[in-house]
Amino acid sequence: MFEREGAVYDSRRPIAPHQHLRPTTERAWVKVLLISIALIYMLAIVVLPLIQVFFEAFRKGFDTYFASFEDRGAQTAIQLTLTVAAIAVPLNLVFGVAASWAVAKFEFWGKSFLITLIDLPFSVSPVVSGMVYVLLFGAQSALGPWLKANDIEIIFAVPGIVLATVFVTFPFIARELIPLMQAQGNTDEEAAISLGASGWQTFWRVTLPNIKWGLLYGVLLCNARAMGEFGAVSVVSGHIRGQTTTMPLEIEILYNEYNFTGAFAVASLLAMLALLTLVFKSLLEWRYGDELAGTRRH
Amino acid sequence: MEIRVENVIKEFSRYPALDNVSLGVRSGELIALLGPSGSGKTTLLRLIAGLENPTAGRIFFGEEDASQKTVQERNVGFVFQAYALFRNMTVLENVSFGLKVRPRATRPPKSEIRRRALELLDLVQLNGLEKRYPQQLSGGQRQRVALARALAIEPRVLLLDEPFGALDAQVRKELRKWLREIHDRTGHTTVFVTHDQEEALELADRLVVMSRGKIEQVGTPDEVYDKPNSPFVFDFIGESSALPVTVQGGEVWLGDRALGLRAEGTAPGSYRLYFRPHDVDLVDDGPALVGVVAGARRVAGLRRVELEIGGDGARAEIDLPHDHPAGERTRIAFRPRLWSLFPA
Repeated sequence: MFEREGAVYDSRRPIAPHQHLRPTTERAWVKVLLISIALIYMLAIVVLPLIQVFFEAFRKGFDTYFASFEDRGAQTAIQLTLTVAAIAVPLNLVFGVAASWAVAKFEFWGKSFLITLIDLPFSVSPVVSGMVYVLLFGAQSALGPWLKANDIEIIFAVPGIVLATVFVTFPFIARELIPLMQAQGNTDEEAAISLGASGWQTFWRVTLPNIKWGLLYGVLLCNARAMGEFGAVSVVSGHIRGQTTTMPLEIEILYNEYNFTGAFAVASLLAMLALLTLVFKSLLEWRYGDELAGTRRH
Repeated sequence: MEIRVENVIKEFSRYPALDNVSLGVRSGELIALLGPSGSGKTTLLRLIAGLENPTAGRIFFGEEDASQKTVQERNVGFVFQAYALFRNMTVLENVSFGLKVRPRATRPPKSEIRRRALELLDLVQLNGLEKRYPQQLSGGQRQRVALARALAIEPRVLLLDEPFGALDAQVRKELRKWLREIHDRTGHTTVFVTHDQEEALELADRLVVMSRGKIEQVGTPDEVYDKPNSPFVFDFIGESSALPVTVQGGEVWLGDRALGLRAEGTAPGSYRLYFRPHDVDLVDDGPALVGVVAGARRVAGLRRVELEIGGDGARAEIDLPHDHPAGERTRIAFRPRLWSLFPA
């Protein structure tokens, strides 16, 4: 072997071809099998149903499809969903940033309790989340008579839907930011204040730019969930068509009325919003992968 | 600006990080806080900056009680160990940050901020790199940006936390010289933290040697190196050997052997004899320490010989010129030239 050209032993040159295989490389048939299982599973569970949604929506042609959106119920549902998201997402943005800032940058009594509370909406069934507000603000509750006397409608009205949505979606941004901010530590902020910056200046000029991509990512996820939430909203909404039905609720009503085209038309729109969110998220990941790494968990 | 630390105690959840520390720093001085990790040196620096609050005690800048003031009001230039440059800002924006965040009344006009930032980049020899982002700079360059950024606010004192810790040996040496030059040119009262004794000895006007939250010794590099006041300082600064000895009748003895070292006025008893490998004389006759060569290794221009002394396995190291004939011997007799006794 040492008499080959050059006659110098070179550790970089493979002596026999099989040494090229890394110990972690599987045999070909194992690879094919594993990849096939994953693909078939994905197709059956995710892709087929998604295609079905669009297929059903367009089954009776484009005209019927677009006619579905001329219905007043569908229109108000779309409007309401966008309104609810437009209120819930900014609220949770502020809450999420404030909570993460507090958790990541300071030590205080009850901190681990706060972290557990932030995770609560993830672990509680959405139906229960809705029930809580009904029990709190409903006609039978202690607050009920007072609310009625003062003409404040919460349950079976838009405020209730917003509250339920805020509750269900509030962990998204905080959960995205806490690990990121903890990993970044305090030194940038300390540098800023040692240079004379006030608390606000430090937040706007140093902290926020450091977390902006994680924040945007959290906002996207929060938004997707806010538009798609069904359970909690269903409990508090009262299903008053043209007033308190969001898109997911409208889909259910249309479906129960055997208006499949209508149901799937609205469903396709909702799916499209979700897909758009995913595309945007992937774009972010592709563009700012490094900054997002380590914070990805959904 | 003078700094005076008075009886400062700092506890982190009951664990004392600083235990009643007092220190005076003269105006314009370059002073090093030196010690192993956990000695409290960084804590002391952060207390001076105001990034931590003392549990007890006070810190004065000149006549003014700085411990009553916030970090912002203290106006200190702090260079962080990992530099803490703002990654979303260019070099120029980093350096001008401290001026840009000033309240309107004291904020210089934009053109003036830019001029001053560029001037500082010139001082730290980074002209032409003002549009780069921190990620695009080498470690040494980041270090200089951090220093320029700290100098931009015209600080009353300059504080540096392990300023060269993250750099490789070559860059360290260059930056060390360069920091000394900058200090001599700008005249800021400067305190820096280091665990590298060589760095501290070379750079500082005075050293503060710390251990376990206390100050062990304060002095010029010569004082600390030649007259360490405790076994800790002897061990920590430079190379040293220690041998168990006794003092009897004003003489130092190792076992039953007089060493020819006079210890007038030292109470009889057991001691440890400390000396440095290069502070020894070889002797041909008369009382001396006699050792059997146990090993030798080349240390730059010297040969460091390890000797076994007496029958109890005590060891000491001495330095010989690398071509000294004694290096070939199996037994060497020597006498410490500079030495100290500490109670055993």
